[in-house]
Amino acid sequence: MRRHGLSMRWRASALVLAAALLGAAPAPISAAAPQVEIKHHKYLPATLTVPVGTTVTWVNRDDDVHTVVSTAQKFNSRGIDNDETFSQTFTAPGTYEYFCTLHPLMTAKVIVK
Amino acid sequence: MSDDKARQVVPDGMDRRGFLHCMAWAGTGVVWTVAGGVLSSTRLGEAAEKPAAGSFSFAQISDTHIGFRGEANRGAVGTMGEAIAHINALTPAPDFLIHTGDITHAQKAGAFDTVTEALKGAKASKVFYVPGENDVFEDGGKEYLGRYGVGPSRTGWQSFDYKGVHFVGLVNVLNYKAGGLGSLGTEQIEWLEKDVAGLGSSTPIVVFAHVPLWAVYPKWGWVTADADQALGYLKRFGSVTVLNGHIHQIMQKVEGNITFHTAMSTAFPQPKPGVGEGPGPLKVPAEQLRGMLGVRQVNYVQGQGRLAVVESPLA
Repeated sequence: MRRHGLSMRWRASALVLAAALLGAAPAPISAAAPQVEIKHHKYLPATLTVPVGTTVTWVNRDDDVHTVVSTAQKFNSRGIDNDETFSQTFTAPGTYEYFCTLHPLMTAKVIVK
Repeated sequence: MSDDKARQVVPDGMDRRGFLHCMAWAGTGVVWTVAGGVLSSTRLGEAAEKPAAGSFSFAQISDTHIGFRGEANRGAVGTMGEAIAHINALTPAPDFLIHTGDITHAQKAGAFDTVTEALKGAKASKVFYVPGENDVFEDGGKEYLGRYGVGPSRTGWQSFDYKGVHFVGLVNVLNYKAGGLGSLGTEQIEWLEKDVAGLGSSTPIVVFAHVPLWAVYPKWGWVTADADQALGYLKRFGSVTVLNGHIHQIMQKVEGNITFHTAMSTAFPQPKPGVGEGPGPLKVPAEQLRGMLGVRQVNYVQGQGRLAVVESPLA
């Protein structure tokens, strides 16, 4: 674990250095990619708020197949089996409601600001 | 079936507690015999008596979930094979099979073929299918209806008559809406009304569909939103038997002359309604799994209007 952390720091330093050399502002290293977990037939969190341009990733922790389908038909994950993921990039602000087409009582939303 | 001193006759108008008491027998191999509201039960084995002329039996297989790869059962193809072996060992042999949906787990390529081919090994003349949500969610039912649809318009719903019994297969897993429940829809309900309109009230009716047609547990979607409307057209019949899958466990309910039976899966069990954090595959100790998977035999005795339902777990 310690070695892994060290190597991460080295990589981070290298990134900062590279960014500095290119004259660009370094990206914040700690920003985790927003993730929605699907567990026990629920999307967690049920409401996720992200800035424009964010890529959201859903990961299915159930043994059941689930989907992430926009109620306004803006995106459709198709079947997400156990431990599989689906990612969607949100390029415009708005509220994106979605549900599971196998288990329609599963509903949630992404708010893009 | 002849009268047997071991048979327990439960009078009509039995209270819920009495019925639940009987239900406790269900998992251990009990035959339910329904005759116009009178419910009786015998132990498994007594059903294998020589059938009367004109009588027949059929088998129900459900929720084969081919493609399932979760911990609850790493070998769903294998347990489906065991279920078919059970069907082939049934006495009397079933004339045909009914598959009540979730043929596949995720509509992956080859999954429908695996089931169709495996069921060719069943000693029965024909298999009638209705879809589960896992069979239609990817494409709105296009592949399913292309394979198993009936008639020129290839609808999933269907009816047929067999030796005096009228069978109706219904579809309640299409057109799911966000926050909603499975439903039959106006077009199908109108079809059902016309389909049974010309039948005498003494005609025994068997309805089969994937999601239960009674409110088993609405919070988990274990209900069909407009089932009451459809069942309204069946209330005048003396004997209606409704067979469902979806919840992967045996449950029964009697409402007037209508008896509801949910079936075991051949792939994995699910929790009892409302128990635990939600529906879904239930992992049980390996030695318990086959006691919670299985098939069902239904026997019809001509002239008695009764259907005996026999549960047959894999172990």
